[in-house]
Amino acid sequence: MSLNFNTPDFEVIREESRCIQCKVCVHQCANTVHSYDEEDNVVCADDTKCVNCHRCVTLCPTKALIIRRHPLEFRENSNWCGKAIKEIYKQSQTGGVLLSSMGNPEPFTIYWDRILLNASQVTNPSIDPLREPMETKVMIGRKPEKLEFDSDGKLLTKMPPNIELKIPVMFSAMSYGSISRNAHESLARAAEELGIFYNTGEGGLNREFYKYGKNTIVQVASGRFGVHKEYLNTGAAIEIKIGQGAKPGIGGHLPGKKVGEDVSATRMIPVGSDAISPAPHHDIYSIEDLRQLIFSLKEVTGYKKPVFVKIAAVHNSAAIASGIVRAGADAIVVDGFRGGTGAAPTRIRNNVGIPIELALAAIDQRLREEGIRNYCSLIVAGSIRNSSDVVKAIALGADAVYIGSAAVIALGCHMCHSCSTGKCNWGIATQYPELVKRLNPDVMYKRLVNLISAWNHEIQELLGGMGINAIESLRGNRLMLRGVDLNEKELEILGIKYAGE
Amino acid sequence: MRKIYAFESKCLGCGLCEIYCRTAHSRSKDIVKTHKRESITSAIVVEEILSSSTISYFALQCRHCENPKCIKACISGAMYKDDNGVVRNNKEKCVGCLSCVLVCPFGAIKKNDDGKTVSKCDLCVDSGEPFCIKNCPNAAIKFLSEDEARVLK
Amino acid sequence: MLREGELRIPSGCAISGIIDKKGKKFNGKEIIKSIALMHDRSNGLGGGFAAYGIYPNYKDFYALHIFYENLSIKAQTEDYIKKHFDIEKAESIPTRYTPNIINVPLIWRYFVHPRINVCLSEENFMDESEFTSRCVIKINTDYKGAYVFSSGKNMGTFKGVGYPEDIGEFFMLDTYEAHMWTAHGRFPTNTPGWWGGAHPFTILNWSVVHNGEISSYDANRRFVEMYGYKCTLKTDTEVITYLFDMLVRKHNLPIEKAIRVVSAPFWDDIDREKSEEVRSELKSIRAVYASALVNGPFSIILGFEKGMIALNDRIKLRSLVAAEKNNRTYVASEESAIKIICDNPEKVWSPKSGEAVIVLMEGEQE
Repeated sequence: MSLNFNTPDFEVIREESRCIQCKVCVHQCANTVHSYDEEDNVVCADDTKCVNCHRCVTLCPTKALIIRRHPLEFRENSNWCGKAIKEIYKQSQTGGVLLSSMGNPEPFTIYWDRILLNASQVTNPSIDPLREPMETKVMIGRKPEKLEFDSDGKLLTKMPPNIELKIPVMFSAMSYGSISRNAHESLARAAEELGIFYNTGEGGLNREFYKYGKNTIVQVASGRFGVHKEYLNTGAAIEIKIGQGAKPGIGGHLPGKKVGEDVSATRMIPVGSDAISPAPHHDIYSIEDLRQLIFSLKEVTGYKKPVFVKIAAVHNSAAIASGIVRAGADAIVVDGFRGGTGAAPTRIRNNVGIPIELALAAIDQRLREEGIRNYCSLIVAGSIRNSSDVVKAIALGADAVYIGSAAVIALGCHMCHSCSTGKCNWGIATQYPELVKRLNPDVMYKRLVNLISAWNHEIQELLGGMGINAIESLRGNRLMLRGVDLNEKELEILGIKYAGE
Repeated sequence: MRKIYAFESKCLGCGLCEIYCRTAHSRSKDIVKTHKRESITSAIVVEEILSSSTISYFALQCRHCENPKCIKACISGAMYKDDNGVVRNNKEKCVGCLSCVLVCPFGAIKKNDDGKTVSKCDLCVDSGEPFCIKNCPNAAIKFLSEDEARVLK
Repeated sequence: MLREGELRIPSGCAISGIIDKKGKKFNGKEIIKSIALMHDRSNGLGGGFAAYGIYPNYKDFYALHIFYENLSIKAQTEDYIKKHFDIEKAESIPTRYTPNIINVPLIWRYFVHPRINVCLSEENFMDESEFTSRCVIKINTDYKGAYVFSSGKNMGTFKGVGYPEDIGEFFMLDTYEAHMWTAHGRFPTNTPGWWGGAHPFTILNWSVVHNGEISSYDANRRFVEMYGYKCTLKTDTEVITYLFDMLVRKHNLPIEKAIRVVSAPFWDDIDREKSEEVRSELKSIRAVYASALVNGPFSIILGFEKGMIALNDRIKLRSLVAAEKNNRTYVASEESAIKIICDNPEKVWSPKSGEAVIVLMEGEQE
């Protein structure tokens, strides 16, 4: 049957007086929206295929294109809005689970935007980062309870392995497979140049990238794709992924069409097979099992590498985090509900998990109440959008942050939410060679370096304004924060005062 | 001497280099006007290479040879090498005999649409950096010395 | 209006300290003269002194100095003290009438000894000092209207609302003999409202006078509070005192390492260190005690039983001058405050940022 209820989401507007029929848009759109009609010498568009990724708009030399929301409206109804109706059309047509990409887009409160920072006035001086040292280096890993010295003042305590970040920002786990080889290379090279780390995600590590090992965090997820002794020993740290913010409670999904020869070899799975990670780790049904995995990984790497445990921010995160510290993890990674993904069931992405700001504040406070906060590092993720988000996260209690979405946006992602189709026009979330080619690592790694360097400058400015010259003096320094438009409960959980107090 | 080098592994085949080449050598220097009102042949050409599995692209233009065959073949003295080693074509002198097109070992000289002159890469010497390089969205074309190119290729 | 402890009051200050490393004692006149010279650095809303070696007859007893707002809280607090300590002597601290000193609370001192059986039973095993410090924190947290402002052995703090010279006169410091004196004149931005908010701040034998407003305050506070401290005053001085107490007494860090913690060297300087051993030690200090780094402008003088330490922040945002003559070392916010009590010092210098002046009593090791 040919009846199809679906209507286009976007409309392609072509300014005919500017269009020179150069066909750049035709060549660039992997969704085949644009086509050239030779008979009439015009370029046409099929709106139904457009995902609004802006590739054609950006490359059009005469700026003849505009994409906008399709003006087609349903009858006004606050309850049965267009989105709700369209989702039903889709599901009733396909019988499938709705899939989405990137993080939760629903209009929940963004707490970062309701928190304001302090600055010095009169009673203490602000510090000028252009003229004074301003330190943003952090050490991630387990710390002993205290240091012991012998009677000659010689240090007796042996430090557990820690990794050093020049800037407290790292690139989140994005697997090779979900993103392209060139995207991975860009992240790795940027991490190396910046003195920070990128994360392999759960798809193993292409051997060509072993040379970036000292700036790599290797992930071990429930599917154990590409995990072997050499892989574990190549990274500077190991991350056990229990969950991710975009889809708490389920494992990663990589459609078979993204599994080409290279991805297949790296993941150690057959070409073209779907890589579906189990929802739980089948050797971790409880916290004591986690301890065993942590120590197996430490054994295999000779206790030389910190082991992180990553969880999604869920209702009981604080207690879980406390258990993770006690299970022996060297760092906890908490991923909030806005964390991005290549593909997640829409219902899970939009309805499961909690905001990272609240989870972070609750975890930091809980670990302090239990007197164990200093034992391990706390890394947060889940839509850190700019340097002030970083600063606020650290003031709430984080040691460092992971960025995923921000990093891919720097690589050209236009947040079209279509990663799962595998036809990323920007060469990021795709494995098609002709699309992957569009992301030139020589150019793109530099954009990542620029982004993080710019953030670092801004972090230094903000720190200096607060009269602080080392980022560790900001960590957990919640007096530097004030809330606006927040209720008492929210202030209580965040552990901050209202502006004016 | 620096020349234009195209890197096949990075070339997307978008054709923007051709568009900007035409604009650079147009009267109006305006993309829309160049393409709607003028008739200019691009000195850089994106060739499609079709192999069994993938399509790749290659952008081609004048190599500014050390001993250019085109200069030898030119009957009117329009083709010449300037002080910087750039092989150029003086449109005033060109009679459109197309001898240069015949002898160019790279096929990098094209007959102009007007049929009276030829079009070839002049490295945009009159306007600084070559337009094709400035506007390549993937840094697939580079302006390099021979030594630099040898390292990268 | 909220009083000190219920809000954070930024303040500027004058500080001064004198130590005789041979242990020769002298009365409080000199330190009063020194701090009085810096009159304009305080605004009459807080002054105080710490004196070491003043109670030789009771040197084995903890000397608790307590402010009471009324008799009923005094009775309740004394009940608590009696339950936890044997009281050797209890008396009102002698004062003289001073026109500028008003709204005086009840001021008492107790020479006490922890009751060993309570020490042992109440919270498993604790040593005397830990027990005493917990009792002090308990009173200051739970007994509203009572405030223990001094709790060391053979030392005492004297402080209140007023200019420091008036406070010195009020407490009759010319009648006390000590081998080490520190003083503080305060310039709070708003009124502290009560005497407990004045400085020095002390816990056990530690006393701190401090000039500055530390921007790492909440990071430091939340860190020490993990280890059983409770910051009731919300002042920088309080948190710095607790930091030193924790590092030196609880974690057993040598003094010079504790100084590296609170005024840590820059990473760049650490990287430039030639010795691998020193590098890795400094790195460990910064990693483990990251939250104990004191950031922002400060100059402090720390007194403890072994001697005196003066210290600046890492980029010297507050003034601090030191001088030596004979057996004495002087430190103060201003050179003039030293010169007025010490003619022709042998050496005068301005300590570098993050570099401590450590003066230990003879026979003491770091």
